[in-house]
Amino acid sequence: MIAQIIFIIILGAAIYQFSKNVAKIRRNILLGKDTNRKDQPGLRWTVMAKIALGQTKMVKRPVAAVMHFFIYVGFIIINLEVLEIMIDGVFGSHRIFANPLGGLYGFLIGAFEVLAVLVLTACIVFLCRRNVIHLKRFTGTEMTQWPKSDANYILITEILLMTAFLTMNAADYKLQLLHFGHYVSAGSFPVSSLLAPLLPDGASALVITERVCWWFHIVGILCFLNYLPYSKHFHILLAFPNTYYSNLNAKGKFTNMASVTNEVKAMLDPSYIPENTGEPGRFGAKDVTDLTWKNLMEAYTCTECGRCTYVCPANITGKLLSPRKIMMDTRDRITEIGNNIDKHGKDHQDGKSLLDNYISREELWACTSCNACVEACPVNINPLEIITEMRRYIVMEESQAPASLNNMFSNVENNGAPWKYSQADRFNWAEEQ
Amino acid sequence: MNNEPLAIPTMAEMAAQGKEPEILFWVGCAGSFDERARKITRDICKILHHVGISYAVLGTEENCTGDPAKRAGNEFLFQMQAMMNIQVLDGYNIKKIVTGCPHCFNTIKNEYPGVGGNYEVIHHTQLIQQLINDGKLKAEGGESFKGKRITYHDPCYLGRGNDVYEAPRAALEILDTELVEMKRCKSNGLCCGAGGAQMFKEPEPGKKDINMERIADVIEAKAQVVAAACPFCMTMLTDGVKNQDKEQEIKVLDIAEITARANGL
Ligand code: SF4
Ligand code: SF4
Repeated sequence: MIAQIIFIIILGAAIYQFSKNVAKIRRNILLGKDTNRKDQPGLRWTVMAKIALGQTKMVKRPVAAVMHFFIYVGFIIINLEVLEIMIDGVFGSHRIFANPLGGLYGFLIGAFEVLAVLVLTACIVFLCRRNVIHLKRFTGTEMTQWPKSDANYILITEILLMTAFLTMNAADYKLQLLHFGHYVSAGSFPVSSLLAPLLPDGASALVITERVCWWFHIVGILCFLNYLPYSKHFHILLAFPNTYYSNLNAKGKFTNMASVTNEVKAMLDPSYIPENTGEPGRFGAKDVTDLTWKNLMEAYTCTECGRCTYVCPANITGKLLSPRKIMMDTRDRITEIGNNIDKHGKDHQDGKSLLDNYISREELWACTSCNACVEACPVNINPLEIITEMRRYIVMEESQAPASLNNMFSNVENNGAPWKYSQADRFNWAEEQ
Repeated sequence: MNNEPLAIPTMAEMAAQGKEPEILFWVGCAGSFDERARKITRDICKILHHVGISYAVLGTEENCTGDPAKRAGNEFLFQMQAMMNIQVLDGYNIKKIVTGCPHCFNTIKNEYPGVGGNYEVIHHTQLIQQLINDGKLKAEGGESFKGKRITYHDPCYLGRGNDVYEAPRAALEILDTELVEMKRCKSNGLCCGAGGAQMFKEPEPGKKDINMERIADVIEAKAQVVAAACPFCMTMLTDGVKNQDKEQEIKVLDIAEITARANGL
């Protein structure tokens, strides 16, 4: 009875804490400007099914894809097992699904065990790639202390959770063989039965092992759940809405700023009466709140895998730009703003901004707008849009474009071409051989 | 080779005669002013003449689409250019546009509709593919590319930007050449380094220039010809080949040039 009460308290606290943090992230995301991503729901569901559920963009890197797939399937399926643990915890039952499911239960537990081994393998491979092989993608200036340890914490936690799960089953299996107490024969234990010889033979020692692992496993999962909002691992939840709200246009198509359309129309035709497009706001983005909620959602979805940076021509040739860093900076900044709101109220200004305090102009001007990063991202994140918005701010609000680009602008304006040639010479090519 | 001067029809002339061409050839700034690109422009005209499509150009009435301004963040300038161009295009009642520049292609196709310009836009490689499919273009009577190792460099704004990967390859496939792919190609293609207005500024500091990285791919593929489909890629690739002292071994040719040569135009 006491165990049940303790369990219910822990479970309630974990869920409460988690919802609080998720609500905070949601609030932060909604600090962004509006953008319409609700059209064509049919297509959106398909994109989500393919990219998030079907992992189609992962396959470009086969080793990572297979390993990630193990963890991903493991995660989804093991949730079924967690459901049983929750019910058992609340009602003080033991393996409540065993009787009603019968043979199917045996099969399921067997499958979970196999998956647990696959997850363990994948986590070990991933740990090696990061810490032993030092894969290039996982280094880089933005991969500082925290992002590095974050990845390791996730992997180590998953290893611990899986080990606890298998040890718990092994003890249970042994107790079943002893026909001890309520440990009646349930399920088949293809993996943990192999571990059984490592455990003590005495029933009471086994019960203690089983209980300790049970608590460790479930409390571990609840802690892990609450770690998510602070971690890149949050992508396991956000990958779904993030792909649902994907950009469905051609990648080459940049947004046309409606506020500019009004001004340009008024310039070209003095009799034009501008449409009301709401508050004027700022051209482009200086800080994260000038970006759209979708940009901010992407920042929280980024898994820091670095596939974008790995294919970025600017990054490859040693320039300062790393699209992954653009996403991480955006997230760090919006989180900072969120924390400021919590501490000092809604209108607090800290005098900082995404531009200059986080992202330098040198990074922004290195981009060739090639869309390689957008193509590479396994969860359809678009770092290029943020880069473009920030360039817009620098050019239109500050008039601080590099001098050579200002020359280009004035050439376009005065000669109708980015080079300094006369408009009258534009058709000279027709005279040539 | 036919060396008679080409008479290039302009929209103004056509309109004066009360005629409307089937398609407008949008030449673009590079195609109008860049010495190398002007040859490609003329080759596109030769192809249009050869297959008898009625077309015209805007000539001195054409203006920059605003692409470099837009990528650099100058949305004002972009929209000014766009609206002025749209006025001219609509003034001539233009419905269909072909262009030799993926940047013009992308901008007019994707971004002009948002400011009131709606046209059917195709890239010259798509036109060539169509003409091949319709049996109007063959690859006969001209230079033979048989047995040459050719590779194709995907321009970002044609490939990733607009998912046009097959059309340019189709134009090479009928040549009976050995078409080899670089290790980074199609949606994984590497940028030439000119996009996003980089063409008009010095690159930011780094280890090397992007076109050098790209030329290494060409060299690795052991290609004798690298086919381009964008005037900016053309400049970057040509500079890269020069920089590596490989002008004798590697030629950079636009898909339109290759097609014109193969057909003896
Ligand atoms: S679009 Fe810009 S940031 Fe993205 S890969 Fe290309 S150069 Fe890098
Ligand atoms: S933006 Fe996408 S590709 Fe880049 S690190 Fe984040 S998840 Fe990976």
